[in-house]
Amino acid sequence: MLTLEKRPNPSKGWTLATPVLAVIFTMIVGGILFAALGKNPFETIRTIFVDPLFSEFAYYYRPQLLVKGAPLVLIAIGLSFGFRAGVWNIGAEGQYIMGALFGAGVGLALYPMESWIVFPLMVIAGAIGGILWAMIPGILKIKFGTNEILVSLMLVYVAEQLLASMALGAMRNPEGMGFPGSRNLSQYPSAANLEIFANSGMHWGVVAALIAVIFAYITLARHMFGFQVRLSGQSPRAAAFAGVNPKALVLICLGISGGLAGLAGMFEVAGPAGQVSIDFNVGYGFTAIIVAFLGRLHPIGILLAGGLMALTYIGGEIAQSTLGLPGAAIQLLQGMLLFFLLAVDVLTNYRLKFGQGELA
Amino acid sequence: MDLSSINPILLLASLMVAATPILLAAIGELVVERSGVLNLGVEGMMITGAVCGFAVAVTTNSPWLGFLGAAVGGAVLSLLFGFLTQYLLSNQVATGLSLTLFGLGLSALLGQGYIGIKAPAFPDWHIPLLGDIPVIGPIIFQHDPIVYLGLILVGAVWWFLNKSRGGLILRAVGENHDAAHALGYKVVRVRMMAIAFGGACAGLGGAYLSLVRVPQWTEGMTAGAGWIALAIVVFASWKPARLMLGAYLFGGVTVLQLNLQAAGLAIPVEYLSMSPYIATIVVLVIMSAGRAPGSLGRIFHASR
Repeated sequence: MLTLEKRPNPSKGWTLATPVLAVIFTMIVGGILFAALGKNPFETIRTIFVDPLFSEFAYYYRPQLLVKGAPLVLIAIGLSFGFRAGVWNIGAEGQYIMGALFGAGVGLALYPMESWIVFPLMVIAGAIGGILWAMIPGILKIKFGTNEILVSLMLVYVAEQLLASMALGAMRNPEGMGFPGSRNLSQYPSAANLEIFANSGMHWGVVAALIAVIFAYITLARHMFGFQVRLSGQSPRAAAFAGVNPKALVLICLGISGGLAGLAGMFEVAGPAGQVSIDFNVGYGFTAIIVAFLGRLHPIGILLAGGLMALTYIGGEIAQSTLGLPGAAIQLLQGMLLFFLLAVDVLTNYRLKFGQGELA
Repeated sequence: MDLSSINPILLLASLMVAATPILLAAIGELVVERSGVLNLGVEGMMITGAVCGFAVAVTTNSPWLGFLGAAVGGAVLSLLFGFLTQYLLSNQVATGLSLTLFGLGLSALLGQGYIGIKAPAFPDWHIPLLGDIPVIGPIIFQHDPIVYLGLILVGAVWWFLNKSRGGLILRAVGENHDAAHALGYKVVRVRMMAIAFGGACAGLGGAYLSLVRVPQWTEGMTAGAGWIALAIVVFASWKPARLMLGAYLFGGVTVLQLNLQAAGLAIPVEYLSMSPYIATIVVLVIMSAGRAPGSLGRIFHASR
């Protein structure tokens, strides 16, 4: 008989080992899945996890790693504050869209003015857009006790409709021959989120993501606010005695995650995506939830997890074009990864005991 | 704009149809939450049910078998959630979210061969005598059987929770799992059964979308219906009777905005399409006073 015994403290070793274990399990079960789809499992796994880094075309894929990883890391860092404190913002996708709309809106309003001020203004507007959208669930939660999970998620669907309305209406390119979508911001030098070094994939969003990682690391490890966040998650009662204001904490956590998601959206729309179109968002806001958990809500972990998840996106695209692997299989693989992580996480907090323990 | 083109009888009749998938998913989740488990994977189970039901119905050419397949598919997926949260003691919020992400991927993969196919016809019942009553007949008594199944399930759940011994045990487990455990009830077993029931109901709700309401399979077709079902459980303060009110309110908003779109109201389509989600938020704000089951979302570990 197998029983579980709670550890007095979470195991440090398993905290580090479980994400690795989850990735291995995902590869094994993913391989079985690929075999069931009639693909060579070893070739498919290699294509997804190794080829983007080490194949002969890797010089093309490596920059993509930064392009895809940056929004994931940026959003996941924001989410990690809330998730640690027990504030569940799962509507990052909506805040991402709103950040993009606000940022692009400022850029399009100033078109065709050429000035260095345009891009910084867009960055600020993007952050504000995300923060405002995240404040809706925040304020409703502290004023009316409304569940922030449901409200933030409902707002994703509202934001998607708003995006469609903007792409087809207010922000449509007047010179676009009636096609949906805005002017291409990457062709408007003052507003474009260009690569800092050519062909490196290193755009301003990557810089922002790295700054966010450092900022989060210092805040969580050294600052009073980081302590309050961790305390609130572990014991809300103790946090109340320690003088943490729970309402302010909810708003700050939602504000950070909304602001960073908004920034990610703005950098995406001004750079890799280029324009406001109906479907420029590809679900980074949801994948970032996986990244945050896979990275154990720790800034460095999130950085690594974001890289891994970006790898599966790129490898998935390669497998799609060269092996004909269905795109949905990658989505399934990403979902599976989170499942396995949550499953093996039991080893972090509990000790396995064989044999019948003494009777209760 | 021509509002006279909206027929109030048809509107009310289609309201019942629009509310049914949400009602089915919500009544299942209500039982799960009353047992103290918060399963945020309703959306994932619904969409899996939608694709399983559609695939089975198309293959066997029988909608009934399709609904059965959907219930099984939803239940199997929910047991995955159950295994993780009840036996491996994982965080319910995170596991539920991952169930949704996983279900969306799984359904897209399973549904690849079924895009663009039409579901086998699922005829409405015309209940004799009652269906012939003017006005009320077409609104209430001329629907397909699953609409009535949904209503019967709500009644059955009400009876089970309030009048049966099993319901008493389930509520005890949900209110205080430690006390229930001390009394000798099998907390984990009760919860696993509740989770499977919730999954089956969500699967049925999903299949109702793909087999009756649309009736086609498209990726991501549930479009947040599972999350709205979760919201309606909160709105209903975990009481079955109020659940019906919530589902019909939501069904009403959905149908009304579709009718207004068709009537060519001056408001752009996108803003009308937002209305069900905004209505859900408004309802959550107004009705957030209910009391949740005591052990909702907490991990149960019987320490020795």
